[in-house]
Amino acid sequence: MQGNQAMTEGAIYAGARFYAGYPITPSSEVAEICSRVMPKIGGIYLQMEDEIASIAAVVGASLAGAKAFTATSGPGFSLMQENLGLAVMGEVPCVVINVQRSGPSTGLATKPAQSDIMQLRWGRHGDQMVIALCPATVRECFELAVRAFNLAEKFRIPVILAPDEIVGHMRENFAVPEPGELEVIDRRGPSGPVDRYRPFAADGDGIAPLAAYGGDYVFHVTSSMHGPDGYSNNDPANAAWRVEQLHRKIERHLDEIVMTRRYDTDDMDVLLVTVGATTRSGRAAALEARRRGIKAGVLQLLTVWPFPDREVAALAERVRSVIVPEMNYSGQIAGEVQRVLGGGTDIRKVNSYNGQIITPQDILKAIVADSPCGPI
Amino acid sequence: MKANQGRYEIILAGSGGQGLVLSGMMLAEAAILEGKNTVQTQSYGIASRGGLSLAEVIIDDREIIFQQVQEPDVVLALTEESLERYQALAGQGVPVFYDTTLARARSGANLFGHPFTRIASELGNSASVNILALGALAAACPIVKTESLEMVIRGRFRKEAAELNMKALRMGIGLVRGA
Repeated sequence: MQGNQAMTEGAIYAGARFYAGYPITPSSEVAEICSRVMPKIGGIYLQMEDEIASIAAVVGASLAGAKAFTATSGPGFSLMQENLGLAVMGEVPCVVINVQRSGPSTGLATKPAQSDIMQLRWGRHGDQMVIALCPATVRECFELAVRAFNLAEKFRIPVILAPDEIVGHMRENFAVPEPGELEVIDRRGPSGPVDRYRPFAADGDGIAPLAAYGGDYVFHVTSSMHGPDGYSNNDPANAAWRVEQLHRKIERHLDEIVMTRRYDTDDMDVLLVTVGATTRSGRAAALEARRRGIKAGVLQLLTVWPFPDREVAALAERVRSVIVPEMNYSGQIAGEVQRVLGGGTDIRKVNSYNGQIITPQDILKAIVADSPCGPI
Repeated sequence: MKANQGRYEIILAGSGGQGLVLSGMMLAEAAILEGKNTVQTQSYGIASRGGLSLAEVIIDDREIIFQQVQEPDVVLALTEESLERYQALAGQGVPVFYDTTLARARSGANLFGHPFTRIASELGNSASVNILALGALAAACPIVKTESLEMVIRGRFRKEAAELNMKALRMGIGLVRGA
């Protein structure tokens, strides 16, 4: 099964029944499969006129109660930012698949990159947070798609699933989980009297129940600053509460949201911090380094936003050197690792920004260069 | 090529539209039927027809960590451009199968030319060249059983298409084993 197909099937497994999108390489298979499957399972497939309309339709469908998603790549993801901001502000659950390709602009349309890492986090204006997940295998494509919907529905937030082109287009054998095998979380609706419903009155967990348009609960959603009742509110205290709440609902649940995977990290001297396909290059490099007597391990960031600060810090303090391989020029992940570790720690960057994959050999060179014995 | 090794790395190269990604998928599916792990990746340009197009397949008894081919065990090249890119591997002992309809014929160790596209056209559909060439590859190298490929064809195609592709596969096998 292909990565793009696994994400689509994972979405359907999680209960997604609404897809609106505008096909773009290297994500088009998601639209193609949804166009065939959605009508057969009581879902809706909408081919929209562009990506702005696509995300608008997804936000609307979600407010009407559907688990909704879209898929795109760099140029389309840029167009979606404004309405993604609306989804953040309106606390509308939704999933956006962004299969990362080489940029800037239309760039190398068929080639991979990991250069949207900062856009995932900061693409929208204003102070806000979203969740972003990066798979490295076809199995992870499926599992993280399910997870993306669970997190979106539970925390009323857009979740971005962002494989690189390699993972989106890669095919691997894997057994599709049986119904019930993976946890599926549905959004919590209101239960009190209809005239008392306040769609943004966060409870102790920081999340308000969400009613569906068309039901008994009539409510208002606006992109402007609003109070617990959903109506415009310019009071400074209210604005501060809203901005804090949009952050706190994530910050208070990091244990649930931040996922990492460790490979050979128990006794390591060299730590590789990786996301997406680069994880596979890193794991192969670490295994080869161990054959040459250098104890290397890999920390894979399945959740890239919120950034796994604690996990990176905990492992980095035990090692001699930290290496961050990533498919971009500026070291978008390396910069975050540096922020977490402080100025005193040297981080070695391994970057590729020509549409070509980082090979295990590229990373191995960085590992041996940092070895006290020098190049082997 | 060693017989019965646990891991195979295969490169299928040509131009967009020749169906090489499908060949790679079918080869991987045949290996899955035999209980192997597989990874198939692809690389192509922005044109849907023409340009260098590449499918890579790795088949392994064990977990496949890095997803790209690093040490190919066999190469199929269906165009002159793709053959130029990979023919040097023949000198290193890697069997390179290529299409003499679309690439200039060469002599040399480990270079195996067959007029795949011409034969596919004579069979009735030049589009079956990918499956014909896959048959030749599978017959020459013990990557998967040809019976597994036949099962994949039966599962993927119906009626006339299944028949035509089965004929193409067997013709490809016959090119190597002697029909």
